[in-house]
Amino acid sequence: MPTKIEKDAITGTDTTGHEWDGLKELNTPLPTWWLYTFYACCVFALVWVVLYPAIPVQGWTGITGWTARGAINGEMETARARTEPMLARLRSATPEQIAANPELRAYAIAGGRAVFANNCAACHGAGGQGARGGYPSLADDEWIWGGDLGAIHRTITHGIRNHDSDEARVSMMPRFGVDGVLTRAQITDVAEQVLALGNRSTDAAMAARGAPLYAENCASCHGERGEGNTDVGAPNLSDRVWLHASDRAGIAAYIANPQMGVMPAFAQRLDPALVNMLAVYVHSLGGGR
Amino acid sequence: MSHIGTSPAAPPSLYAAHRKVHPRAVNGPVRRFKWAVLMTLLGLYYIVPWLRWDRGPGAPDQAVLVDMGHGRLYFFWIELWPQEVYFLTGILVLAAIGLFAVTSLFGRVWCGFTCPQTVWTDLFMWVERAIQGDRNARIKLDAQPMSGRKAALKGATHAAWLAIAAATGGAWIMYFNDAPTVTLDILTGDATAKVYFFFGLFALTTYVLAGFAREQVCTYMCPWPRFQAAMLDNESLVVSYRGWRGEPRGKLKAEGVGDCVDCGACVHVCPTGIDIRDGQQLECIGCGLCVDACNDVMKKLDRPQGLIAFETLANIAASEAATRGMTPCKARLDAGMAVRHVPKMIRPRTILYSAVLGAVALVMLGAFMLRDMHTLAVLRDRAPLYVTLSDGAIRNAYTLKLANKTREIEGYALVLDGLPGARLVAQSAQADAAGHPLLTTRPDGLTEWRVLVTAPSGAVLPQSMPVTFRLLDGAGRQVLSTSSVFLSPGGRP
Repeated sequence: MPTKIEKDAITGTDTTGHEWDGLKELNTPLPTWWLYTFYACCVFALVWVVLYPAIPVQGWTGITGWTARGAINGEMETARARTEPMLARLRSATPEQIAANPELRAYAIAGGRAVFANNCAACHGAGGQGARGGYPSLADDEWIWGGDLGAIHRTITHGIRNHDSDEARVSMMPRFGVDGVLTRAQITDVAEQVLALGNRSTDAAMAARGAPLYAENCASCHGERGEGNTDVGAPNLSDRVWLHASDRAGIAAYIANPQMGVMPAFAQRLDPALVNMLAVYVHSLGGGR
Repeated sequence: MSHIGTSPAAPPSLYAAHRKVHPRAVNGPVRRFKWAVLMTLLGLYYIVPWLRWDRGPGAPDQAVLVDMGHGRLYFFWIELWPQEVYFLTGILVLAAIGLFAVTSLFGRVWCGFTCPQTVWTDLFMWVERAIQGDRNARIKLDAQPMSGRKAALKGATHAAWLAIAAATGGAWIMYFNDAPTVTLDILTGDATAKVYFFFGLFALTTYVLAGFAREQVCTYMCPWPRFQAAMLDNESLVVSYRGWRGEPRGKLKAEGVGDCVDCGACVHVCPTGIDIRDGQQLECIGCGLCVDACNDVMKKLDRPQGLIAFETLANIAASEAATRGMTPCKARLDAGMAVRHVPKMIRPRTILYSAVLGAVALVMLGAFMLRDMHTLAVLRDRAPLYVTLSDGAIRNAYTLKLANKTREIEGYALVLDGLPGARLVAQSAQADAAGHPLLTTRPDGLTEWRVLVTAPSGAVLPQSMPVTFRLLDGAGRQVLSTSSVFLSPGGRP
């Protein structure tokens, strides 16, 4: 600090004593409003420290006891309270009743879209378009386990081939190749016969050899003409929708060693109202019967 | 703030201390006109929210209402949606050009008569005058030390100001809420925090701006006085002092002086506390109260009116040139008045402003008359892009959104062009007799349908083909249409 404070002639303000090439630094006092704002901020900060958990010490929550987790829980509680009246109505209605009521249907589709995105889209795709590797499309008109509202609701509720629910539907296609039920040549013939069911066969002799094998081994589930059976989850083999590969080699590979899909029982994870909403939403994707 | 006198280079201070203005009451045609404008504008402001307008059941019955929550602006028979906010922009553009046009013709009449700052300040000054007395009484009162009487007078003034400010803030809120409901809510303490905030904000700004800031708002805060000179020219009617007639000013009985007796009346009545005799200045809001005050004095002295008048600078200059060198007498007055000409209203500037004003007004009116009461938009499903059905047919899904700005329930048949043989299904919609989906709109709202379009099985389709959705009314006429594309894997039947 300089011992002698020099006053600037023009402004009348003290200088700090710092000088660079003849330029002297003025010691202009802070504006009053600024200073008082600063003091007000200090007071605010002190009050804040007392009221809120501002000190990073275990157990210090401030006298208000505020926590971020508590705040979010409170907000969630508010949100739940707000949606509960509607959810109660959706819970007590059947999917058919919801679909028939325009108000409930609109709510179920809007909410079902969000629930679907959280729970279903990982396997079935964002718009229910399905995915390679055995995740069926929910937007087309082919249903493995039934496509009316009741069947969709049942599938979502209990799932497929899981160990969670006793009511989950289970069906097993035999591993015709791996377990040696059919020879490799027979499997290829059966695959050609499957192509023939959809009028796609290119080798009539081969299909003819496969036909009796198909009738003996496959028709009980998939039907004489490959029309499928939703009661046992046997897909239609005569149409143009294929969950797995649709060429002869792919079909043969599947017959030899089938990989059947598994789906969790969502009733164990979601509120019944949400399951109802999901059923109505999935039904509306375009394939619902 | 003072600067140090020792330095020869000491710059002049840029700070001007505030002097409180104590305008004197005045009467005359300009003042009466100003009262009439004030009453009209304040009356409109406070009464309009209470006007009712029947729009049928379920719709607000307030004539003028900005419904933020539901995104509607109601103005008597007009209802605007948020996407039509450009009409508001258009009105603001019209207001700006209108302001330019009026200013170039008549000077700052907006500032002097209609600006809310002027209107409310005028009202507050009237309250002040009614309670504390006229100019001299107020100057005396302000100079006095605090006393019971002074406290009572000042207190009454501020109470009246706060009441007006509260009414102003309250009326503002009513333009955004149902007036009777929100008034009751405010009084019973049931209004939302938002309502109280804006109520308080507008009450406080009214109180501060009209009670304390007053002419400083015009002089320091408002940008308009800073560039208004660009709209004015020599042919604009502005409040002017006819210096050629008044100067040299002097005592009434003095020899060789002009008509100005330097009584100070023009200064005393001025709401911004300036002297019009100093010529055109930034602070002058063009209210013309000095015209009334001076005419009053001239009448008493039995001299011709109009020493201060709404006059063009061109006329002032012409009179000045005609009377240069003449001594103050009746002949000078006559000579000066003789050379005046009627202000030229039609000038390149006013033609330009009027043309732009007319063009914008025409465009806005045309846009308003032709605005769509229905709009149709289509969103294609992107996941999945298309669905292959069990018979090999390709299906696309779309979401149609139909906005209906009328209050009628309307039904339209949906048809698709560009994809012969396609099957159309609109979810949760009935089909009409011809098998077309029948879209029934909600009144005053947006209705949406998910529409499934299935190309005939076996049709050979390109990967993308343009399609058009059309809405037909009962007579089969096309009402609306919108285009999209139909996507398919392509290349195979």
